[in-house]
Amino acid sequence: MQLTNRSKVVVQREMNWIEKLYLPAVFSGMAITIKHLFRKKATVKYPEVQREFAPVYRGMHVLKRDELGRENCTACGLCAVACPAEAITIDAAERKKGEENLYREEKYAAKYEINMLRCIYCGLCEEACPKDAIYLTDRIVPSEYTRGSFVFGKDVLVEKVDERIDVSKRKKEYSIVNNPGK
Amino acid sequence: MEPIIFKIILVAIMFLISLGIAAYSTYAERKVAAFLQDRIGPDRAGPYGLLQPIADGVKMFLKEEIIPNVSDKWLFILGPSMFMVTALMTSAIIPWGRPMEFGGVTYNLQVADINIGILYIMGVLSLGVYGIMIGGWASNNKYALLGAIRASSQMISYELAMGMSIISILLLTDGSLSLNAIVEGQKGWNWNILYQPVGFIIFLVCAFAEANRTPFDLPESESELIGGYHTEYSSMKLGLFLFAEYINMFISSAIISTLYFGGYNFPGLDYLATVLPTNVVSLISVGALFTKIFFFIFVFMWVRWTIPRFRYDQLMRLGWQVLLPLAILNMLVTGGILTFFNS
Amino acid sequence: MDSSLIFYLLSALSVVSALFVVFSRSPIYSVLSLIVCFFSIAGHYVMLNAQFLAIIHIIVYAGAIMVLMLFTVMLLNLNKTTEPHKTNMTKIAAVISGGLLMLTLLASIRAEKLAAYQSPAPSELGYVQHVGLKLFQDFLLPFEISSILFVSAMIAAVVLAKKEKH
Repeated sequence: MQLTNRSKVVVQREMNWIEKLYLPAVFSGMAITIKHLFRKKATVKYPEVQREFAPVYRGMHVLKRDELGRENCTACGLCAVACPAEAITIDAAERKKGEENLYREEKYAAKYEINMLRCIYCGLCEEACPKDAIYLTDRIVPSEYTRGSFVFGKDVLVEKVDERIDVSKRKKEYSIVNNPGK
Repeated sequence: MEPIIFKIILVAIMFLISLGIAAYSTYAERKVAAFLQDRIGPDRAGPYGLLQPIADGVKMFLKEEIIPNVSDKWLFILGPSMFMVTALMTSAIIPWGRPMEFGGVTYNLQVADINIGILYIMGVLSLGVYGIMIGGWASNNKYALLGAIRASSQMISYELAMGMSIISILLLTDGSLSLNAIVEGQKGWNWNILYQPVGFIIFLVCAFAEANRTPFDLPESESELIGGYHTEYSSMKLGLFLFAEYINMFISSAIISTLYFGGYNFPGLDYLATVLPTNVVSLISVGALFTKIFFFIFVFMWVRWTIPRFRYDQLMRLGWQVLLPLAILNMLVTGGILTFFNS
Repeated sequence: MDSSLIFYLLSALSVVSALFVVFSRSPIYSVLSLIVCFFSIAGHYVMLNAQFLAIIHIIVYAGAIMVLMLFTVMLLNLNKTTEPHKTNMTKIAAVISGGLLMLTLLASIRAEKLAAYQSPAPSELGYVQHVGLKLFQDFLLPFEISSILFVSAMIAAVVLAKKEKH
């Protein structure tokens, strides 16, 4: 079966005298490379210019807060169960009186750690979460010098009250949870 | 007769220019490679990355110096030094421009106009292989030894065809071996490339092989010999090897321009000499030579990023079975035509 | 500078390096000092105003033959520890041939009257043109015959290399 008409049959024959000089082949090769000298360059100068991410890009995780600034996570542990790399560790705690403005549910995660070296960025935690608490964003995971510092705790993962991270795109269009039909 | 101090100054200038061009060749190599591959290359150190060679040089100097325990220490140090010395020696006989004049004294822009100029080049070239061989052997490493052996056999093989192609040029310039006479014989458009296109191609290919540049970089092929003869070298000794190679490239380009492309001559130089002051014309001629040199350095890089490496048997077959007979044929045909027309 | 000073320096260098060739235990150092020796001899040629001979000497001996020597030494990995065992026959042959060479040298020194060094009169005899004219006018026949010798040597080498293995 032939898919395209570009296939060539390999012929093992002796090169003739002109071909043995290699010069015609060399010149045609050099013509090709010199054309590339004037082409548009593919390089993106990274820190100054950033490429646009695909909407489905799965980067660093974020633990969301609701509109009142309360943490969504209720430490149910579904994300940790769903995680194929077993990267998530959760310690649950009960909400005390007077902490209603901090945590939305009666139970919350006292410790929420993701080992970024184990994480495979599959996004299953996001799909498992019943409380809209965890999302994978288009942020790039920062580089670190030691293994220990790759275990990200709540201080890094929970979004700041005054610096909300936009996950509306993932929420609306690409999450199976919110679009069961798709 | 110009004073000896002028020669010393000229030598110092040539030394600095060679090193400077070698340093910026590393930068140019990376830029050319990048542009030929649709990238933009180093652009972080200084504007357009122009300070990159300085950063690289500082890096080379600050790296740890490792001399293998089992190596022959004296020869290990002698290898890169000899390679560097022979690389720098050739520039002594290249005429860089028309003579200058200060206070009635004529200053030749050529360190030594010896009457065996071309043979001197061949002699120094044949010595260049010692640096590689000694360095490769003294490393006491099988890859280094393989690289050294490849380098020496390759250089010996291609020197022959190179010498043969030079002889055809000597036939054109009434048998004078002085580079100055060869350049003087190519005034205006009277460049040797027009009479010796085949000889030029042979010489170019041999120059690639002598300078260990791709497609003939078998002595240091990274993918099979992990760097070949400089596998064990580190820090500035490695730097000397790499640097000397770029100097070789610069000198090869200078010799190609001198032998085949009229040296510092260009059409209209004689007219300019009648209107402009001598020293200005001299500087323009130097500029013309360097333009040609830079073009050939670019060709060296262009070829490197186009053609893959030869296999060793292909290399030997090309040298002995194609280039050498072709060079001899070229010499015979040139000689025959010259005798036919002169008699 | 006095040219006799250069002459004595070069002579001392060539004698010392030649002695080093013989007495050095490591073959590599022997080869390298032989190259130094060749260079000092080339220096003598330059002093005699024979630049052509000097550069040919460097190209052929230092540039080609010594590279092959170095090649062999490197490939055979001749270390000082593996000195080959010599039979008595070899030793006797070496003594006889060395003695004969000594005899010839002594005879030639006796025949020649040794004088103090004098800087040679400037001549153009060593230039390429003169060497060429001499070779192709006065010594044409020996020159051509020696070229036949070289061709036969080359053919012999090719035949030896191409010989089929049994």
